[in-house]
Amino acid sequence: MRYVSLQKNKLSQFVKSLQKKYKVVAPVKKENLFVFAEVEDPEEISIDYIPTILPPKKYFLPQHEKLGTFVKDSVSMAETNIDVEPTVLFGAHTCDIEGIECMDIVFHDSPLDPYFGKRKKSVIIIGYECMKPCDEYATCVTMDTLNPRAGYDIMITDIGDKYILHLNSPEGIEIGKNALFGKVTNERDMKNKLLKLREDKLKNFKVLLDAEYKELNKIFKGSYNSETWKDVGRKCVSCGNCTAVCPTCYCFDIYDDVKLDMSGGERRRVWDSCQLDEFATVAGGENFRKERSSRQRHRYYRKFDYSVIKYNKFFCVGCGRCTRTCMADISLIETVNSLTKEQKNAK
Amino acid sequence: MQSKTLKKGKTIPADFLYSPRAATIIRTKQMTANEKFFEIGFDDGQPLGQQPGQFIQLSIFGVGEAPVGVCSSPTKKDRSTFEICVRKVGTFTSALHRLNKGDKLGVRGPFGRGFPIDELKGNDVLIVAGGLGIVPLRSLINFIIDRKRDFGNVMILLGCKEPKDRLFTDEIDEWGNMLNISYACTVDRAAPDWKGNVGVITTLIPGVHIDKNRTYAVVVGPPVMYKYVIAELLKKGLSENQIILSLERRMKCGLGKCGHCQINHLYVCKDGPTFTYAELKGLGEAL
Repeated sequence: MRYVSLQKNKLSQFVKSLQKKYKVVAPVKKENLFVFAEVEDPEEISIDYIPTILPPKKYFLPQHEKLGTFVKDSVSMAETNIDVEPTVLFGAHTCDIEGIECMDIVFHDSPLDPYFGKRKKSVIIIGYECMKPCDEYATCVTMDTLNPRAGYDIMITDIGDKYILHLNSPEGIEIGKNALFGKVTNERDMKNKLLKLREDKLKNFKVLLDAEYKELNKIFKGSYNSETWKDVGRKCVSCGNCTAVCPTCYCFDIYDDVKLDMSGGERRRVWDSCQLDEFATVAGGENFRKERSSRQRHRYYRKFDYSVIKYNKFFCVGCGRCTRTCMADISLIETVNSLTKEQKNAK
Repeated sequence: MQSKTLKKGKTIPADFLYSPRAATIIRTKQMTANEKFFEIGFDDGQPLGQQPGQFIQLSIFGVGEAPVGVCSSPTKKDRSTFEICVRKVGTFTSALHRLNKGDKLGVRGPFGRGFPIDELKGNDVLIVAGGLGIVPLRSLINFIIDRKRDFGNVMILLGCKEPKDRLFTDEIDEWGNMLNISYACTVDRAAPDWKGNVGVITTLIPGVHIDKNRTYAVVVGPPVMYKYVIAELLKKGLSENQIILSLERRMKCGLGKCGHCQINHLYVCKDGPTFTYAELKGLGEAL
């Protein structure tokens, strides 16, 4: 059994049943935007949403995370326990699921990061397939993250009159045994139906990048010294918003948080950003990426080239968050299209 | 929304990836006005087990952590201790300088890829040390001295700002007296009574006799030094993979995760800190 169906008015009931066993985090409205947050009442969930302010990476690599505690005058950690709660990440888009896969590669690359690893294991991922574009910033079509592929336990697809749930793991199959769900008798028909649906939905999506998936890396290979970086650097205000909201940015700093009475404290890690001036500065004061242009270039290359060299994978999932959040109107689409134009003209 | 209480949650111990091991300072020595030497031993008596050129993360709770190159060789007679030499430049190193014999501190590591000692064996070795570069290079020099049979001629070139900045002067005099080890030093500026060379370190290279097929150059110094030294070494006929460099970068985790030390696709903490020039050539922001 790989597919089950669900009546559209029973989504809340489904979430309620999950809440018996799991903490459920899902997209909810926050002013004019959306965030992933824990839901008490399933009616709070906004299942049709544009990418949330922060991606769900916060459940795997929290903004602040305790690595261990220490007491005064000691030199080893008193305890290094991690609190995890069985959680369902509900309604994640395919781009964000790809983002989690990217984080997974980094933190599982030897040596395995025990904090990430243990959090990852405690989260069930239930995706929700996009049938229409979110806004004018997403490049999921080119980045090929628009359709479900892997990285989820269950994927929910709206096929019009009902939802179809693809059960993609033993945990997913277990959840699929719920009496709420209807049987899908002919699995092959369903698979073909979904394929057709995905072919048809493409008509709703615009292709915003001028380069194709297969050309992207080549374009970056030739663009290291492009003038485009100077333009991007001139606009950038080094606020670090783009990296905070990126589903695949994983850089962190480590610091000691000392209790007010100085009796001890916590060694913690906190999200950091390669866009900040001091990120690459060593104790003697030398900064290896002094210019904003070189820091922005570094960010782009970590999405479109360095990750390809290291992991054979783009670390841009096309969610559009960096563009949506940028205070200085730096657009990933404009930047990549500008590089593409330069490269094509150079030929 | 506030998170609910952990009614269904569980608590699991992480392993010791980020946990420092307890160590004690055995001996210290003020080397110059700003540089202090520490001999350190783990409280459990275990050796550090480092390769020459590797680094550790030192930890002082409440202050934080900092990456520090190890300056002793794993061939040192008393293997239960290791040595570092640190310049006072910031918050962490100032706190470290306040520590003395008997004080405790935390250590993670060793980390990174050390000097390629197996490749160096059977060859002549030219050591080029600028300023603090002598500190990590001392681990290699002492390794070579202890395994002298495996190495050919060793030439040590040392450059620093002023004569008073020279580190390990007593040891250096000894190195100079050893069979098959030659040594030259230059300073950027000096009082008239200085009898040695004056000038940047590159001025010493043309005078060195190099067997271009069978010599490795190992170069460590401030970032500005590398491109000039590399140019001189290439002129001497060394190929790009006969030039070994060690890079300094900001490092927080030492595990190839936190991103601070990244140069293009390379993590200095994991892929380095030692690289051949061939590996770094053409990479922006590397040299």
